[in-house]
Amino acid sequence: MTVTPLLFLLPGVLFFAVYVVIPIFQSFQISLYDWDGLGEATYVGLENYSELVGDRAFEISLWNNVKWLVLYLLAIPAGLFIALFLNQTVAGIRLYKSLFFFPFVLSQVVVGLVFSWFYLPREGLLNAVLGFFGAGSINVLGDPTLATYGIIAAGLWPQTAYCMILYLTGLNAVDPEQIEAARLDGAKGRHMLWYVVIPQLRPATFIAFVVTIIGALRSFDLISIMTNGGPFGSTRVLSFYMFEQALSEYGFRMGYGSAIAVVLFMIMLVFIGYFLWSMWNEERQSGH
Amino acid sequence: MFPTPIQKRSRAAQLTYQSILPIALIMWLLPLLAVMLFSMRPLTDFTNGNYWGVPSSFEMFTNYGRVFFESDMPRYMINSVLITVPTVVGAVALSCMTGFALGIYKFRGNLLLFFMFIAGNFVPFQILMVPVRDLTVNMGLYDTKLGLVLFHVAFQTGFCTLFMRNFIRALPYPLIEAARVEGVSEWRIFWYVVLPLMKPAIAALAVLIFTFIWNDYFWAIVLTQGPGAQPVTAGITSFNSQFVAQYHLMSAGSIVAALPPVAMFFAMQKHFIAGLTLGAVK
Amino acid sequence: MRSIIKTPLAALAATTMLAGTAFADGHAALSGTLRIMSDMGNPAPRAVIESLAAEFDEMHPDLTVELDIVDREAWKTQIRNALSASPPDVVNWYAANRMGPYVDAGLFMDISDMWEAGDFEGLGAVQGAMTLNDRQWGVPYTYYQWGIYYREDIFNELGLSEPATWEEEVANCQVIVDSGRACYSIGTRFLWTAGGWFDYLNMRTNGFDFHMALARGEVEWTDDRVRQTFANWRELIDMGAFLADHQNYSWQEALPFVVNGEATAYLIGNFAVPHLREAGLTDDQIDFYQFPAITEGMAMGEDAPTDTFHIPSGAENVPAAQEFLRFVTSAEVQTRINGPDALGQLPINAMSEVADDEFLQQGFDMLANNATGGIAQFFDRDFPAEMAALGMEGLQEFMVFPDNLDDILNRLEQSRQRIYE
Repeated sequence: MTVTPLLFLLPGVLFFAVYVVIPIFQSFQISLYDWDGLGEATYVGLENYSELVGDRAFEISLWNNVKWLVLYLLAIPAGLFIALFLNQTVAGIRLYKSLFFFPFVLSQVVVGLVFSWFYLPREGLLNAVLGFFGAGSINVLGDPTLATYGIIAAGLWPQTAYCMILYLTGLNAVDPEQIEAARLDGAKGRHMLWYVVIPQLRPATFIAFVVTIIGALRSFDLISIMTNGGPFGSTRVLSFYMFEQALSEYGFRMGYGSAIAVVLFMIMLVFIGYFLWSMWNEERQSGH
Repeated sequence: MFPTPIQKRSRAAQLTYQSILPIALIMWLLPLLAVMLFSMRPLTDFTNGNYWGVPSSFEMFTNYGRVFFESDMPRYMINSVLITVPTVVGAVALSCMTGFALGIYKFRGNLLLFFMFIAGNFVPFQILMVPVRDLTVNMGLYDTKLGLVLFHVAFQTGFCTLFMRNFIRALPYPLIEAARVEGVSEWRIFWYVVLPLMKPAIAALAVLIFTFIWNDYFWAIVLTQGPGAQPVTAGITSFNSQFVAQYHLMSAGSIVAALPPVAMFFAMQKHFIAGLTLGAVK
Repeated sequence: MRSIIKTPLAALAATTMLAGTAFADGHAALSGTLRIMSDMGNPAPRAVIESLAAEFDEMHPDLTVELDIVDREAWKTQIRNALSASPPDVVNWYAANRMGPYVDAGLFMDISDMWEAGDFEGLGAVQGAMTLNDRQWGVPYTYYQWGIYYREDIFNELGLSEPATWEEEVANCQVIVDSGRACYSIGTRFLWTAGGWFDYLNMRTNGFDFHMALARGEVEWTDDRVRQTFANWRELIDMGAFLADHQNYSWQEALPFVVNGEATAYLIGNFAVPHLREAGLTDDQIDFYQFPAITEGMAMGEDAPTDTFHIPSGAENVPAAQEFLRFVTSAEVQTRINGPDALGQLPINAMSEVADDEFLQQGFDMLANNATGGIAQFFDRDFPAEMAALGMEGLQEFMVFPDNLDDILNRLEQSRQRIYE
């Protein structure tokens, strides 16, 4: 054992420690203080957390996060569905695949703008289409009962594209012999998919699950662009509410914001724990 | 192959498939096509309520020209480039080294360190926001491109290390052992043996990171403000307030802002998808 | 625009050089860089601040003026960051209580000495709006009346005249609604426009003094008088007086409805006028009237918000910043930047001239002669910032779901007890 690996690791680890690892612990610490980001911080113990309990906006944010987590997972079956649809070898299919995928490379800001214009009550294409079919117009982002779902739908667009590309790659690697063998056994259609194909797509599904969960909890950009948390605060999620509190116009509440961030982090930690556990199992099996 | 290749199905099924494809694509891209159409319309179409009919004239050049010549958009675009490119270089360089160390050497804490990088890559940004902002302010780098670049390099190192380490793991290990036997120093092994083999990984990571950083919005608004340092994702809100309610210009503006990563994707598609789907198959 | 403005704009600046040199005299030559961060991001104000920066740069050969213009709505969340993290030398903000958070945090520079020294001649009347804790924290550069801007041609077509009482207002509105239009355009996406409606309804229902007492936290939100204000508001909402889907629009996005005649009037500040003209409405098509009386005999209170410049306490080039404040508040510059071809608002310097413009003259006259109740800043400037933010969210909710009123008022009352404690 030499110092060589240390030297290779040093710059990366240093950067990562300073900007990622240490700040996590600092946030925990700041959440115990009342601090405006400038002057002296006052230690308040768990007061920020007890304030969270009675905070209506926090409660709404938390519920919206749950909605995001559950509904965002729709990207996985939707992505699989499109992948199955496109997994053919006809002329031009490569271009089709690229065009189906490319919403993923758009920034969330642009996706947010595109969808907020799509939803506009008068100018928007959605209501033009609904009108064409004789349905009444709906104001997706102006209606507090619909707005969050409208934003989630916008988020699902690129996320589904991502899952699709994962599954397309996965389908490419499905063992043709197993398929043929199953076919000889009389399996087809849904049975084949469920019992033969999907099990083989496990690695793709795992990654799709990981990126979708992370995406759901990082839903800041779309909300900021599409509704700015409104109408009357109904589309806030923890990540957005944290930002609002920590950098608010009427006084930075760094401590309170950090407390919200800690809650969000704890939710994420459950998933991170599960991801790492799965990866660790894999490492043990494959380690050389 | 699953599902059954369409060529093995009936002629009718083939024709149906061929005709559904373009319809499905149009529906999939509908919101985007609407914006493209908007960006070519003249203002009068909007005042006359002609949102979805044939444009009364095609004003593509006028609209996009105004984006480029009458707004801060070009400055925001340049900022984006000046933030994105150094980040790509920095993150890829750092992770080549960390990936090499974690992939090649066996030492205590190797796996622990590796998992730290992975875990860090998953954390919500908000848990980092307050301390990172504070650090940046204290270093005098608030509202500078460098401040953003440093953070992005550090954060992306997590994902890049995961990527590089797994890639290096899959390289033929005997090659390195052979070099060691011949007495080649570790640095030279890294530089002359491993690095050349990592070219595809570097290309894949570079395009991925380019897209991630170009599209970043959160850190742009936390660590910068104003056209001096802000990238185009943040600048677009300012652009939209300059041309408020002028959907033809706002549409053109967002298309311009989205273009570089889209171009990057279509130019480097193979690498991009290879990078994104790493680990999706065994 | 952080361009280093030099010769290209010289021609533009040359016309005003005479006035400029007068100021430069008697002060030590300014040098270094003056960093201005402005929220004047809409087209007309953008042109004004750009030309002011260019001109000031031209006046001081050794000084470089750097100008950053940010989005006005985004600025509201950015300002604290800007003031604390990388303070420029001059920033934009708003008068009265809205300065409070930054004054309390020590982020605005105390410039009382400049006011005392008589640097701002002609600004005596507005000093109060810049005063908190008996000190002055900035200078105003413009103010404007609020009121009801309406489509004169549609009123004529429907045989309506400017109402003076609430009954007339409601009767007019009924005719307008029956003609298939909305009475009032409004965009509440950024909330504050709803604050304007509340200000007027409350000042007309309960008087200016009551409104201010509410702003100071001395009255409960659940008070019956407050409920009466909302009851009056509801009368209009139930008639269908307001533009549908207003929660989606910014105030600018709600303008086209007035232009195309889908809505006939707009309770807004005078800054909307250049936009309406730009969109093609002539002065024969738009007119203005004061918000009508509701409670008989109640003295009229008016909103006349004042926009301001401040020097952050972390400013590096204080002499240049101070000179810039003197420059923008001077009578000549005030006349010019508030003209109808610039901001289209009212100058804050008593020695300036109010432009010969139908709306500015009417507004000036109204504020001078028919605002005997008192002059307020605006909902989000008179109420403490946090109360204002929560309040406006409640007002928007009320406009969409008037049935939620009890719930909204209870929530606001809870917040009041916490915020003013």
